[in-house]
Amino acid sequence: MAEQRPGEGELDVSGWTCPVPLRRHQRVVLGHGGGGVLSAELIEHLFLPAFGEAARTATLADAAVLELGEGVRLAFSTDSYVVRPLVFPGGDIGELAVYGTVNDLAMRGAVPLALSTAFVLEEGLELALLGRVAESMGRAARRVGVGLVTGDTKVVEAGHGDGLYVNTTGIGLVPRGVDVRPDGARPGDVVIVSGPIGLHGIAVLSVRDGIEFATEVRSDTAPLHDLVAAMLAAAAGVHVLRDPTRGGLAASLCEIAATSGAGIEIVESAVPVPAEVEAACNLLGLDPLHVANEGKLVAFVAADDADAVLAAMQGTEVGAGSVVVGRVTADHPGLVVARTALGATRIVDRPLGEQLPRIC
Amino acid sequence: MKYLSEFRDPEIAQSLLARIEAAVTRPWAVMEVCGGQTHSIIRYGIDQLLPEGLSLIHGPGCPVCVTPLEMIDRSLAIAARDGVVFCSFGDMLRVPGSSRDLTMVRAEGGDVRVVYSPLDALAIARDNLDREVVFFAVGFETTAPATAMAVHVARREGLGNFSMLVSHVLVPPAIGAIAASAASRVDGFLAAGHVCTVMGSAPYEPLSELHQVPIVVTGFEPVDVLDGIRRCVRQLESGRHEVENAYPRAVRRDGNPAAKAMLDDVFDVCDRRWRGIGVIPASGWRLSERYASFDAERRFDVADVQVEEPARCRAGDVLQGLITPDECECFGGECTPRNPLGAPMVSSEGACAAYYQYRYQYRGADG
Repeated sequence: MAEQRPGEGELDVSGWTCPVPLRRHQRVVLGHGGGGVLSAELIEHLFLPAFGEAARTATLADAAVLELGEGVRLAFSTDSYVVRPLVFPGGDIGELAVYGTVNDLAMRGAVPLALSTAFVLEEGLELALLGRVAESMGRAARRVGVGLVTGDTKVVEAGHGDGLYVNTTGIGLVPRGVDVRPDGARPGDVVIVSGPIGLHGIAVLSVRDGIEFATEVRSDTAPLHDLVAAMLAAAAGVHVLRDPTRGGLAASLCEIAATSGAGIEIVESAVPVPAEVEAACNLLGLDPLHVANEGKLVAFVAADDADAVLAAMQGTEVGAGSVVVGRVTADHPGLVVARTALGATRIVDRPLGEQLPRIC
Repeated sequence: MKYLSEFRDPEIAQSLLARIEAAVTRPWAVMEVCGGQTHSIIRYGIDQLLPEGLSLIHGPGCPVCVTPLEMIDRSLAIAARDGVVFCSFGDMLRVPGSSRDLTMVRAEGGDVRVVYSPLDALAIARDNLDREVVFFAVGFETTAPATAMAVHVARREGLGNFSMLVSHVLVPPAIGAIAASAASRVDGFLAAGHVCTVMGSAPYEPLSELHQVPIVVTGFEPVDVLDGIRRCVRQLESGRHEVENAYPRAVRRDGNPAAKAMLDDVFDVCDRRWRGIGVIPASGWRLSERYASFDAERRFDVADVQVEEPARCRAGDVLQGLITPDECECFGGECTPRNPLGAPMVSSEGACAAYYQYRYQYRGADG
């Protein structure tokens, strides 16, 4: 790189560009769990090759669907919950662990049957807090009508965990005739989001050290199985359902575009971003499309069925805020493009890894 | 938030665009200096809406990107030490040093924490008197007052376990260096509004006069940016070159005197290397002698690493509009979105990635 002083000659600005983030890690970094590019690379380049033939039928969708013969199909999903703090405005790790896995099953159109619960407890965790989380799980399971049928408990030494990690694994029955799949998006499909985005991620951020918001942002943690049932009852043309948790709406849309080979166009002004989420994102330099949700879904529905499905969604408690945000196009296959508020376009990308607030 | 929404109003934006279009009679290149403005331009697609011939050049105004490699390496060396709590703004964590970044140091056991203000790092120091707490002070004149306040308070409290790795940079010398460079195609500048909130618009007056360029102090919302462009074009078309304040709701000619007094007390101006550009004289701040005991570089005796970065990627030329992405010999072969060599191929908003996806991949190339 030439280094000359102005007045002494030329300033070399040819290398003037942002440095590229490193992608070749020797160790796991937090970004590998962020639901973005690094997470996908870990699965594609480490887990799947290592599992080999055993992962031949593995899916990157929210849940796998197992064919048991005679038309019986079982949805199967697992998720571990490592949220900090354990209790946040609008929810806690317990109900999150139940609803999260119920929602993953629902994204394949399945009716949830049963969950397992596994706890990794840190030495020193207050039993009162553990009790509160367990009661919360019980309440959530009763609300959904799903059994907590088996479980496991392990304890690690103090300093080796964030107090409490929970894993829930669930099974659900896929009704006959229902075929909701991650690669089902087709040109012409209408893209519907079931309500305001970004609430969970901002709610959790808002109670971390160093950030205090004047208004309380509450998590949207909620079960989506009833919403999905109402949608499937309304019309047959529900092609794709996704639960845009880590990585936010952007990650879900990008994955659907990639697996379906479809182009997706969303209208930014149609995406429901609550004022408090917008304000927090402005403050922290985050994109609301990258912020996690825990009680929302994004649906790809055949154009002819869109009105009926939207009406059914808006008739439910958790889907009351449902809106159309875009459509699937034959243009730019594999890409998600947003029409901006000024009428221009921009490409929507998955976040790389963890959400890091910007200073500028 | 009503106030903010007015600065994102599509109708006002369209009206400004129409006025820009009516004013432009020949090609101009305007540089938005600040990364915050660049972000707004990309997020709203402002560059696509401008009349043909009016191009925007993205400036060096992202303090994260221009932090010199040796400073990143020093941060990594300090953060990896036992007994250190290393505090940084979030977006510094992924900036690569010679071989790793702060997220990797954290993965190796380093205590690296994201803070939202240097005052948070100060609180961590008060709560951890048995550990050395270091704050990575990066940014332009915008973030520097908080840095200055933190070290001022630390000195007042006699907080011996607190120090700072300071890599602040100053905007006016960079604008001067760009304007003086024969390679530069920049006809006019949009100066960074938040920097001027602190320092005022006055420091840009001699620059505008010396280099005969319009400099418009500009905000960050789309309407702000469009108004800045409109004023800059208006000056260019009429042959004027002045410092104009298009961000009067936040900027005064003399800036914030209290903040400037604090900066004068805490910092000395120094030469600073800018990543990807080189050394720009008198373009940085370091802690003054009065605060030298809080300088992490001295306290930790960090070796002065000098590194050369690979220069195969021609992102700089792409960003200046000197070549199109597919004219770079690495494009599409050595450099793809899967294996990017330069930033414009990393983000899908980047020129190279967009080119690759839209104009290359679907012509049958291996994507």
